[in-house]
Amino acid sequence: MTSTVTPAPVEAQPRARRVFPRRAQGATRRGRAGWFVKGALILVCFLWIVPTIGLAVTSFRTPEAALNSGWWTVITKPISDWTTANYSQVLREGGASAFLNSFAVSLPATIIPILIAAFAAYAFTFMEFPGRNVLFVTIVGLLVVPLQVALVPLLQIYGQLNLTGTFAAVWLAHAGFGMPLAIYILRGYMSTLPRGVIESAKIDGASHFQTFWRLIVPMSVPALASFAIFQFLWTWNDLLVALLFLGPGENQVLTVMVAGLVGAQQQGWQLLTAGAFISMVVPLLVFISLQRYFIRGLTAGSVKG
Amino acid sequence: MIKVINALLAIVAGVGGAVVLYWLLNLVVERLPGRWEDRVKPFVFIGPAVLAIGVFLIYPAVRTIVFSFANRTSTAWVGTRNYTDLLGERDFQITLVNTLLWIAIVPAFVVVLGLGVAVLADRLSPRGEKLSKTIIFMPMAISGVASAAIWRFIYEARPEGEPQIGLQNAIVTALGFDPVAWLQLDTFKVNSFLLMIILIWAQAGFAMVLLSAAVKGVPDETLEAARIDGANERQVFFRVVVPQIWGTIVTVFITVVIGVMKIFDVVYVMTGGNFNTNVVAVRFFQELITNGNAGRAAAIVVMLMIAVLPIMVYQVRQFRAEEAAR
Repeated sequence: MTSTVTPAPVEAQPRARRVFPRRAQGATRRGRAGWFVKGALILVCFLWIVPTIGLAVTSFRTPEAALNSGWWTVITKPISDWTTANYSQVLREGGASAFLNSFAVSLPATIIPILIAAFAAYAFTFMEFPGRNVLFVTIVGLLVVPLQVALVPLLQIYGQLNLTGTFAAVWLAHAGFGMPLAIYILRGYMSTLPRGVIESAKIDGASHFQTFWRLIVPMSVPALASFAIFQFLWTWNDLLVALLFLGPGENQVLTVMVAGLVGAQQQGWQLLTAGAFISMVVPLLVFISLQRYFIRGLTAGSVKG
Repeated sequence: MIKVINALLAIVAGVGGAVVLYWLLNLVVERLPGRWEDRVKPFVFIGPAVLAIGVFLIYPAVRTIVFSFANRTSTAWVGTRNYTDLLGERDFQITLVNTLLWIAIVPAFVVVLGLGVAVLADRLSPRGEKLSKTIIFMPMAISGVASAAIWRFIYEARPEGEPQIGLQNAIVTALGFDPVAWLQLDTFKVNSFLLMIILIWAQAGFAMVLLSAAVKGVPDETLEAARIDGANERQVFFRVVVPQIWGTIVTVFITVVIGVMKIFDVVYVMTGGNFNTNVVAVRFFQELITNGNAGRAAAIVVMLMIAVLPIMVYQVRQFRAEEAAR
């Protein structure tokens, strides 16, 4: 996922939006799909899914078969030709450890910025302090800054601190790069929460710290989830930062491993297909199971404009 | 097994460390006398965030600008040599042209495709709509690297006479033509366009989701009124629907433009920037890592920053207007 302009401050109306919001009285448009509309959509969907199917099919073919005939020829061949050997081979040869490394990178790189951003968003929404507006406008401006601006000096700093090649190097980098978006989304959401609740908590003697943990965090779950999914997919799928700060080797993540395999011309392509598919499983699962939050995060807010 | 434990330990240490930090900071602040507590607390809450942004974005950005006027190891000043060398170099000019082509083509296609699918799927049954949208949206969850692996099996070329395992060449040879080494074919930038298709494939779903919600937000009354006045479907679409969702179209367009400006993984993995397909983010990586020239790498980033500046101004203005409207 690339960075997002006006990235969707989620609104506090969790139940109001559907996965693909459907209009209430959609009778005027619904069911008016003629053959042209249906045909066009079927064609587009077909074109969109065929490449992925090609990879999936190839990952279950023997290396000889994959190199000597197109994947589409499997239609004419018995299912018994299929094999899972590619998967066991790639898992043995570094895939399993790359899989774990991807988790070791993505989970903290998602949770740490969320935690930090949630505190900041709380302060921006519910606390008064000098410089608040200037600071927030700066954050809005930083939303669109390409992360490349940080890489040259960071590489040197990490080199001096002996951090290059460690997970911490990548967590911190991702936490910094994701911070503006996280604060922006969370603050957008928190500002739609009912203020009365916070006021009465204060009257009841709750400290900011308590209000934050007991009230605001539970109420902000939809926005936290939206950003978490963004950031997780982004860090899991990232190649540039992983390549620079972790690189190939013991700590390599899946994207780095697969990138290396694509480069290896043809020999080992069975590893490429299985490896690529393994790298896709987690994001696809996250995406399918949490689609609701993901799309809500994308939709809400930016649609207002 | 040791690997699993290490990974778990890393996760716990990273997350736990962050929690403990806040807890400790809060503990300290709550010791302060009443009024000071109120004054200091906001800064405890935003402190780590500001620190992270300062250390990982702002400070490095400033250093990058400084480095761009220094030599390859950042040890001596070279004035504007990095810029003039780059801009005078044929390869870099091609790289710039390619990036501009990406910016000119990809966002437009993404928006048009996304809008098309959004509008057409709106007319399907809810089930058909959901299915078709999920299919179009799915590539968004796939990394650039995995996308490159996927599209390898479309663009792969084999010498004439051998069985083609790339879909595109299988079709071409079945029609009686010779196979084409697609990714090496830079006549009319064909190979660059083929790489762009991958990004369009990956991003169309994003545009579709945002535009679909916007299209559904268009009030039915405005459509009906136009129809009663005798507008045909095309007029309804271009004169009634499009103006009402224009804001969303712009947002999607800009978001994709920013993504395209720094497109890295697809090009890096597919061609490595060879065969005249290079783009600035890949060239940046090559300067930084392959050539070990920090000065030039920094100069490339500064050019990128300058290109982003207008978008940044727009973004801040947009935000100010929204805040004022609250």
